[in-house]
Amino acid sequence: MNPEQSIDLDRLCVLARLSLTPEEKEKLGPQLARIIGYVEQLNEVDVDGIEPMAHAIPMENVLRKDEATPLVDREKYLKNAPASRASQVVVPPVIEG
Amino acid sequence: MSHHNLNTLTAVELGELLAAGEISSVALTQACLDRIESVDPGVKAFLSVDREDALSQARASDERRAAGQPLGPLDGIPIALKDIVAVTGQPLTCASKMLENFVSPYDATAVHKLKEAGAVLFGRLNMDEFAMGSSTENSAFGRTSNPWDLDRVPGGSSGGSAASVAAAETVLSLGSDTGGSIRQPAAFCGTVGLKPTYGRISRYGLVAFASSLDQIGPFTRCVEDAAMFLDAACGHDPKDSTSLPGLETNFLEGMKNHRDRPWKIGVPKEFFAEGLDPEVRASVESAIQFYKESGCTVEEVSLPHSSYAVPVYYILATAEASSNLARYDGIRYGHRSSEATDGIDLYYKSRGEGFGEEVKRRIMLGTYVLSSGYYDAYYLKAQKVRSLIRKDFDDAFSKVDCLIGPATPTVAFRAGEKTDDPLSMYLSDVYTISANLAGLPAMSLPCGMSSDGCPIGLQVISPVLQEAEMLAVAKRFEEAHPYSGIVAPSNGKAGSAS
Repeated sequence: MNPEQSIDLDRLCVLARLSLTPEEKEKLGPQLARIIGYVEQLNEVDVDGIEPMAHAIPMENVLRKDEATPLVDREKYLKNAPASRASQVVVPPVIEG
Repeated sequence: MSHHNLNTLTAVELGELLAAGEISSVALTQACLDRIESVDPGVKAFLSVDREDALSQARASDERRAAGQPLGPLDGIPIALKDIVAVTGQPLTCASKMLENFVSPYDATAVHKLKEAGAVLFGRLNMDEFAMGSSTENSAFGRTSNPWDLDRVPGGSSGGSAASVAAAETVLSLGSDTGGSIRQPAAFCGTVGLKPTYGRISRYGLVAFASSLDQIGPFTRCVEDAAMFLDAACGHDPKDSTSLPGLETNFLEGMKNHRDRPWKIGVPKEFFAEGLDPEVRASVESAIQFYKESGCTVEEVSLPHSSYAVPVYYILATAEASSNLARYDGIRYGHRSSEATDGIDLYYKSRGEGFGEEVKRRIMLGTYVLSSGYYDAYYLKAQKVRSLIRKDFDDAFSKVDCLIGPATPTVAFRAGEKTDDPLSMYLSDVYTISANLAGLPAMSLPCGMSSDGCPIGLQVISPVLQEAEMLAVAKRFEEAHPYSGIVAPSNGKAGSAS
């Protein structure tokens, strides 16, 4: 696979919900291609029969007790919201009225 | 006034002076604040310092002590914090415009535990934005300098944490390590820096970068101080399902119990390959020689998959980051664009405006490796190679107690030297990344100085949960060498006589 041809920056921007300026795209394209070309050296490793690893010490089904605990008060959280009103976060309209 | 130089003593020494009533926490904290005022305009380790809050914690500590009720050995000891952990009522920016105005509504669990131990938690330390970088040049609020030479980087991503300890602006500091972000800056700044076993310290309240790799850890002036920090910060937390349950945490005692063991030490031959600076090599080889002469056996071992650690890391870490950073959408907190035309456009523009260059690069890379059709080829493959990297360590630890080698391939590089070449920046973590991938405890301690006056770091890597043994190995070197408590020259000019 030739990574340079397979990187569709516009599609990635959609998937990541990230706007990039034309200048950023111009710089990022070749950089990503070079990094992806570099990580492709993993193709030479034989991983037949190898399990994927996600934690240093295998753990499963870690659950805490199903108990209601007090959370920080709502107003405190809302202080970090860019816009709020009547104890709610304000957002631009998402449904055409 | 006391005759002690409060800025250069270790936490263990200061704890004894506090207990003996020879100094107060207020005097100690004030000495840190004064030092910050005099050297931080050059070093720029701190993004902000709440002086009043620090002094009020110090007063509370002195009152506890006067009442005969100190909380433990860290009571009254100042610990500065990387701007990535939550402290109620304090800013938390992750050195990003995205969180420029964020104020934490709660305490991180590690912060909570250190508060319970009586520590004076203060300051917000500079870092690479969202912990992505190796030089602290990716901060949205300006770069931090290496206190040994202000033209050089302190390393990263916890560059402010390393620089603040090296410049004697705090006794200890807290950092986080995802691929070397504690050990690499510790090596560059001549401090001790330790990343515990994955799961030792709760990640609740630590802003997530790559959740399967992130760990909190200390920067200190000596090995014992690191043990003391772990004693206070480790332990299971129901709020972090990856934190390990049911473990003893008495590292200071444990370390002393292992003091005189005749260690079997492995030296991974792959860590001495091409790209290792000759002065770093010579310094680490002389440390190896020291261990041989002090009754340890040393043998060469091999970690055959270690050359794949950097590519594996940059797939896994960016994939996890692209997922973790999806939460910054301009809705509930963080930067919100004022240019958006509708709800969806708000996401695009808020993220485009709020994130810096390296963060965008990694989000895009992570999005690519997770995108439809590529998941098996990149993410799953990388997780399998990760298993092989861990297996290499397991094989080595069947023969030896721990591994030693260089923490970094070079000493601190000059600011600007690698900023246009992301791949060469990534390679500065070549020796540290494997321990994160394998989940192992690892640390860096000072082992020498280069001819141009830059510190060199020795890395010790131990099997899972063997922090006490690792600390004992490090302590043996430290006892025989004069690096404990070294502090960078206040003018930031390495090697100059003044």
